[in-house]
Amino acid sequence: MKDIKNPIETEKREWRKQQTQLRLKTWLTIFSPISLLLIWQFLSQSGLIDARFFPPPTAIISTFIDLLTSGELFHNINISLFRIFAGFLLGVIPGIIIGLCMGLYAPFRHFVSPVVMALMPIPTLALLPIILIIFGIGEVSKVVTIAGSVFFPVVINTAAGVISIDSIYLDVAKNYGASRKDFILKIALPGSLPVMLEGIQMGQAIALLTIVAAEMMGARSGIGYLIWTSYSAFLLKEMFVGLILISFFGYIFSLLLRWLQRKLIPWR
Amino acid sequence: MSPNPKISIHELTKVFYKKKNSVTALENISLDIEEGEFVCLVGPSGCGKTTLLRILAGLENQSSGAFKIERSGEDRPNQSMVFQERGVLPWLTVEENVAFGLKMRHLPKSHVKERTNYFLNKVGLAKFTKMYPKELSGGMKQRVSIARAFANDPEILLMDEPFGALDEQNKYILQEELLSIWSETKKTVLFITHSIDEALYLSDRVLLMSAQPGKILAEIKIDLSRPRKLEDIRSNSEISSKFLDIWRHLQVEVQRSRL
Repeated sequence: MKDIKNPIETEKREWRKQQTQLRLKTWLTIFSPISLLLIWQFLSQSGLIDARFFPPPTAIISTFIDLLTSGELFHNINISLFRIFAGFLLGVIPGIIIGLCMGLYAPFRHFVSPVVMALMPIPTLALLPIILIIFGIGEVSKVVTIAGSVFFPVVINTAAGVISIDSIYLDVAKNYGASRKDFILKIALPGSLPVMLEGIQMGQAIALLTIVAAEMMGARSGIGYLIWTSYSAFLLKEMFVGLILISFFGYIFSLLLRWLQRKLIPWR
Repeated sequence: MSPNPKISIHELTKVFYKKKNSVTALENISLDIEEGEFVCLVGPSGCGKTTLLRILAGLENQSSGAFKIERSGEDRPNQSMVFQERGVLPWLTVEENVAFGLKMRHLPKSHVKERTNYFLNKVGLAKFTKMYPKELSGGMKQRVSIARAFANDPEILLMDEPFGALDEQNKYILQEELLSIWSETKKTVLFITHSIDEALYLSDRVLLMSAQPGKILAEIKIDLSRPRKLEDIRSNSEISSKFLDIWRHLQVEVQRSRL
């Protein structure tokens, strides 16, 4: 039975119970990837799964250190990160500008959106041969490939963000005599920011998917190239290093963007 | 009536047209509002009172007729509106929201700062300047909205049921605050409400509107001395009979629009 005489003590106990549960959940989150690695290690070492295809994590880590000390890995990581960043910016900036224009000017939107809708379903990777013909086999073609796939989620979300701004804010701007420029900077841009950032988050995920595939197909360096050549030479430990790197960077980037989101929209 | 009213509306008509269907929201509205007068427009929902206000606010165009707002200074905006509850911009802080109108007019920074602080103090938000609207209660948001409109120093103020979403206690407090700022600034106010109590407490004159087509049915003068106290309004028998008068008018209107 509950102690009716001391309500504060009852609530204190209840609060402690909730705190313990909260801590337990954090531990579960940390425990999940570690347990996966432990199971992998055990299965691989005991021969229950083929260690040639699934080398134990400890072997992958030592390969990772070997590659790191030889400097080869650094070079590949650097070049991939450069391509991702350059491609990301080249996709995001025009995406925001065109998306804002689509949201702000209805005639422009009606003119451009069928083209955007028609191009969107084509994977940029399928266009890689054409991109290689136009931009050559240098860095530009990889950057353009990534930019192409990042552009679409950003442009669509930015336009949708502007259109979805509550009409009362448009009334406020009009009633207080906002100029075109003030309207864009004080109403359209901040109003569309939450939805726009969701699009950028999506673009970031797509950029990572694209870079690996693009480097597998037409590159002589990068993480994707490392994965592909290691696989071709049956160096599966090296291949796993590449795969884990991609997953690591994907995680880091989404953390960065979440942080940016909190900084840019403190009013949410 | 003086020869130069602050707001003069002449045979204003608004028709909404959609797929061969037209609805007359306002029909031949003619009225004058004096400088410094506080006028409440009362009517059942859907009677077109908001439409009338939106036309005066420049947010909608009339179908025919005209209105004029008498100007007293070149650099003064014609009107500013206090919107219903959601009119505060969520991405601006309290301070930035109050300064919004002044900033849109690109006035000197020091002037914007001074005016903003003055009205932030007036509505008791001086401690909350850096907060975002999400952290504020409904009453505080409406204080921001009111401060923004007054800070803009317009010729006339338009208010679209600003206290409609507030609880009773908050409503009385804000009404009182509004009257206190109003008596200092002597602004001409056109205020929309569906609350008869609110209209009786605030205004010099109550205009009753009918629905579809929206027309001015009657006008009732409230010659109570100011500053007014809610207790006085409630205990005044003359006001009580005016309340019933308005109540009957509106009853008839609501019944009629149900048919």
